[in-house]
Amino acid sequence: MSTIKVNGKDQTLASEISISELLVQNNVAQPDMVSIQVNGKFINKDAYASTIVNHGDEVDFLYFMGGGQGN
Amino acid sequence: MDFTEEQIQRYSRHILLSDVGVEGQEKISNGKVLIIGAGGLGAPIALYLAAAGVGTIGIIDGDVVDLSNLQRQVIHFTPDVDKPKVISAKEKINLINPDVKVITYQQLFTAENAFDIIKDYDFIVDGTDNFPVKFLINDACVLAKKPFSHGGILRFEGQTLTYVPGATCYRCLFHSPPPPNAVPTCSQAGVLGAIAGMLGTIQAAEVLKYLTGVGDLLTNRLLTFNAKTMDFRTIKSTPTETCPVCGNHPTVTTLVDYEQATCELKR
Repeated sequence: MSTIKVNGKDQTLASEISISELLVQNNVAQPDMVSIQVNGKFINKDAYASTIVNHGDEVDFLYFMGGGQGN
Repeated sequence: MDFTEEQIQRYSRHILLSDVGVEGQEKISNGKVLIIGAGGLGAPIALYLAAAGVGTIGIIDGDVVDLSNLQRQVIHFTPDVDKPKVISAKEKINLINPDVKVITYQQLFTAENAFDIIKDYDFIVDGTDNFPVKFLINDACVLAKKPFSHGGILRFEGQTLTYVPGATCYRCLFHSPPPPNAVPTCSQAGVLGAIAGMLGTIQAAEVLKYLTGVGDLLTNRLLTFNAKTMDFRTIKSTPTETCPVCGNHPTVTTLVDYEQATCELKR
């Protein structure tokens, strides 16, 4: 078991998982609209499957936000 | 710059701030700021920068005011419907503060005109609603070494990041535009009007901090908030070595206009 932070909140993981699995576990419906940082470092999309989150890691899901102007 | 009695009175609440003072107000009055987009974010940004006495405000937007804009774009009033947004914005800016020189660009911000437009400004503010232009603003400012404020809002949420040369840029965090078909359609999206004011005023405060040199800018951290919970977070970041525009081996060396997701439900 390990504890990580996702967007600042504690999450307990039953086993070692990858970023790809973490996205599924957190019900992220549109992974295309999310950018991911682990411990303040950007993770490339093609490394999601191979990047394992470890105990104590701080993971941030950053969402693409447009908006502002618009008709 | 010598302020008149009237100007000293107008800016007295800035001048009273020990961090700002007459000297800081002079920096604001000498500042040249470009606002890209005269919409939800551009409106509060322009209003507060005008009130603050920013000497030159450039404002670029190719649209005319639509009735559906008035729910959040507080610089435009009901009689302004169908008027070019830059004209409507300029009128309000000068009603608030005739000291401000307003330069309007009634056109889109594109790869072709970007460098030429930003070159005359000290600071650029992203008040746009779409990813192609957000990436274009980032790339143009990084390549031209211009500081800028990124802002985005969606539904009940907002995010903002301030860039200065050498700091984390928008691409360090978001790499490349999302696929157009993944972007929420206009019917799914929407935004609570006041969110635009919340985020836009944060961006305006960043501009005034930059011009006066007061405090710590939102560099190397992304501020996000969700108005449903009113939780605010700043997410620390570092420049990404593999960033396509500011990384060690940049692949973005010229400006491009990315494909724009089309919005079927325009009104």
